[in-house]
Amino acid sequence: MCRIGAIKSSSYVHPSLALKLMESQQKGHDNSGFAMVMHDLGGIFESYKHLPTLSMACTDEGLKLAEDMLHEAGFQRVMQWVPETDPQPGLDIQAMPNYVFETFDYPRYFRNGEQKDKEELLLDMRLKLRRALEQNEQGFVYSFWPDVVTLKEIGDPRDIGTYFRLWTSDDKFTAKVITAQCRQNTNYDIVRYAAHPFFLQGYTALANGENTFYLKNVEAQRKLHRGYIGFESDSQCFLYTLHYVHRQLRWPLRYYKHVVTPLPFDDLGRREDKEQLLAMRQSLAHLEINGPNTIIGVLPDFTLFTCCDAKKLRPVVVGRTDDTVAISSEVCGINDILPDRDWEADIYPHEREIVAIDNSLEVQRWRQ
Amino acid sequence: METMKVQHVTPNDMPWKIKYDASRCTLCGSCVSACSFRAIEAKVERRRMVFSEGDLPDPQQRFSAVPVIRQVKDVRHYCRGCGICEKVCPNDAIGPLRNPDTRHPIVTRCLGGDSIKRGGRKNLEASTRTLDKLRIGRISQMTDPSLDAQRHTFDLLAPFGRILPAKALPFSVDGQNNLQVEDKMPPVRWIYPVVIGDMSIGALSWRMWEATAMAVAYLNEECGMPVRMCSGEGGVPVRLLKSKYLKYLILQIASGHFGWNRIAKAMPHMVEDPAGILIKIGQGAKPGDGGLLQAGKVAEHIQAIRGVPKADLLSPPNHQGLYSIEESVQKMFLSFNAAFKFRVPVAIKVAASATSVSVFNNLVRDPYNIVGGFFLDGIDGGTGAAHEVSLDHTGHPIVSKLRDCYLAAVNQGRQGQIPLWAAGGLGKTGDLAADAFKMIALGASGVFTGKLVLQMAGCVGNDLGRCNACNTGLCPVGITTQEPQLVHRLDVDRVAQNIVNYFLAMDTEFKKLMAPIGNSSLPVGRSDALVSTDKAVADRLSIQYVC
Repeated sequence: MCRIGAIKSSSYVHPSLALKLMESQQKGHDNSGFAMVMHDLGGIFESYKHLPTLSMACTDEGLKLAEDMLHEAGFQRVMQWVPETDPQPGLDIQAMPNYVFETFDYPRYFRNGEQKDKEELLLDMRLKLRRALEQNEQGFVYSFWPDVVTLKEIGDPRDIGTYFRLWTSDDKFTAKVITAQCRQNTNYDIVRYAAHPFFLQGYTALANGENTFYLKNVEAQRKLHRGYIGFESDSQCFLYTLHYVHRQLRWPLRYYKHVVTPLPFDDLGRREDKEQLLAMRQSLAHLEINGPNTIIGVLPDFTLFTCCDAKKLRPVVVGRTDDTVAISSEVCGINDILPDRDWEADIYPHEREIVAIDNSLEVQRWRQ
Repeated sequence: METMKVQHVTPNDMPWKIKYDASRCTLCGSCVSACSFRAIEAKVERRRMVFSEGDLPDPQQRFSAVPVIRQVKDVRHYCRGCGICEKVCPNDAIGPLRNPDTRHPIVTRCLGGDSIKRGGRKNLEASTRTLDKLRIGRISQMTDPSLDAQRHTFDLLAPFGRILPAKALPFSVDGQNNLQVEDKMPPVRWIYPVVIGDMSIGALSWRMWEATAMAVAYLNEECGMPVRMCSGEGGVPVRLLKSKYLKYLILQIASGHFGWNRIAKAMPHMVEDPAGILIKIGQGAKPGDGGLLQAGKVAEHIQAIRGVPKADLLSPPNHQGLYSIEESVQKMFLSFNAAFKFRVPVAIKVAASATSVSVFNNLVRDPYNIVGGFFLDGIDGGTGAAHEVSLDHTGHPIVSKLRDCYLAAVNQGRQGQIPLWAAGGLGKTGDLAADAFKMIALGASGVFTGKLVLQMAGCVGNDLGRCNACNTGLCPVGITTQEPQLVHRLDVDRVAQNIVNYFLAMDTEFKKLMAPIGNSSLPVGRSDALVSTDKAVADRLSIQYVC
């Protein structure tokens, strides 16, 4: 079973905090991998917030291929950060030769362009890179987006932390929002792409659970957007639905809950907005998620949120202090990183709400 | 002795032979009076008895006249095997026996010079049904828990109406971050996933139709199950058209347009909208052939409802004036949508065919968003009357065709926009919940059923040639006849009760199928829930093969 966690802070925090959040939940997962997405970056990335950063794990050939393609497309590298690794013997990690975090300036003719055009360009570029590097597993392209880095690897999360020297906090590699998950997707094949959090155009999602409507979701999503690919994990569907509802349809976030876990018809019929909700339910019936799960998501404006299935079969806890909010599958993780918080104020989100945390760390509970 | 003529029809030419035990018969006459086909009669047999009295053989004979029940030797009054004689006999003295050596298909054609007509379903292919080769094999274990059929709630509803793609929804976001509806949307009704199929007054006796309508009203009003019934092409009693119960009724229009004069005239007096309109293009049991109501069934009240004289009523094989799909969308759909001011969903019913996907594709791309459902009827569907050659030799099975249509929609990213409803032999084994569930997992939004409802009412016909005399107007159980004495055999309340009880049982069974796969709403298109032990079936339907 997956264990998921997320931290949102008013100051920049190091991934070691995310590792600590997940460490005590080890018994709940199988230690088969570690993945995290960092939004709103600090440290060395802080001055490049407006430029896209490529997060990729690859072979030497893959690196060359990717850089050539980016160069050919007119992207110019402005910054590169290679994590200093600590390849001790005996570590449980299936490391790739290179981990690349490179920041690029846009091609000249895009620099003064519309934001929307830039966003489409970045997606197309990532998809192109992904396809090119897929052959012979030359590399895995996780994200190519401003103010976002992604790291995923197969192995024991503790050893992955050691390998990347993530256990020791510093101020170079930090972010205000970090989402993390400690398990490979063991329902299906172990592949790097299958580990959540998943990322698409500013949106991140990770989940604990099962999506019994996976096939319905996949069949519908494949035709909805060119970025909806992969489907190595049923949790990817949660991200694509989030992206579709919030970005493509431009519906406010709380309607996401109405799409993934629609109200029963009886309840829906008693609502003032039943016309909208019914239309939504029928038009997006194939994006319903049926089955036990909890989702944590991040929006492009760094809003962090969580919601769960309609029967609350997979829980999470939200705990907070004045400067940090943490979401975690198990409360022990929050106890480890926020030991002095008022635990009586912890939120155990119920089956019909979204808990959202904005950039002022205000926690809002929206009843479906 | 008279010279034998082999061309004389005798009981051994017939599909059924009457077995009769004179020693048990009390000559009460119940069987003869109950046989609506007049296939048996009271006769007197001459008997000769040879006996000997005394110590030495001294043969003597005695003749007597014995009253008996005999099978009629007439091709117009042949036994259909309905078994009503057996039902009414107090002494088990009589009953039909299937005659495997029947010459009926030949004899009847030779004597009549006309095609054979009958009702029921096709009687060929007694092999295992495709649906019986499918199992619900994706059971929730460990990773995702099964639900509890008794404790959890389930949303057992299916859409009837045109569903817009999300990006076409006329929504805007207001100042409070709420979505508001800016424009009209096509009407969509969420109804029970089993519609009672289109059987007309005329095909059915008024009592049978009334019992079905009563059951539907009861299911809605007392059981909270939004079951809908389709009128069939035969009109609707005016009293019902003007009542609040019209909302449970889907009005059908077929190529004969029977009954629509009255419906149109009743429209200003309607207090409720009907549940929908179903334009019937074709029927699975007799594809490419129109409805057939023989004069014998066109009783006075049928003449009144349909506005016709007592004559054979033949619906043309196609809608006169509709020569293309484009026309059908523009003319019929638009006019019926407009007739009820775009408040009532309009759907189409076609016979499954090798061309069904093309038809479906054309409708699903309809730019007017006015096609509210695609009802696809397979070869195993029933009928009140058809030419036997059509029944037995034309048509297309439903399972793969439904799947093809669904996958065609998936391929275009249009699944669910026109809800697919499937029929054609579903529930043939008596277990409709399982059949419906499998069809839903293959992509149907819901199913419709007709023949099974008749069987709930007491129809004794089956797919092995038993009875199948719906066309004659002599239905021995009062379901497909307008003869008052036959119709009165049907207990309206009991029939309604049977239908209600069957639906209640089916509802429980649906939940028992949804719970193990962990779904609280209908798994439309969730083909990963199905497995097949037949490789060919699995490949054809794109589901998992298991062994």
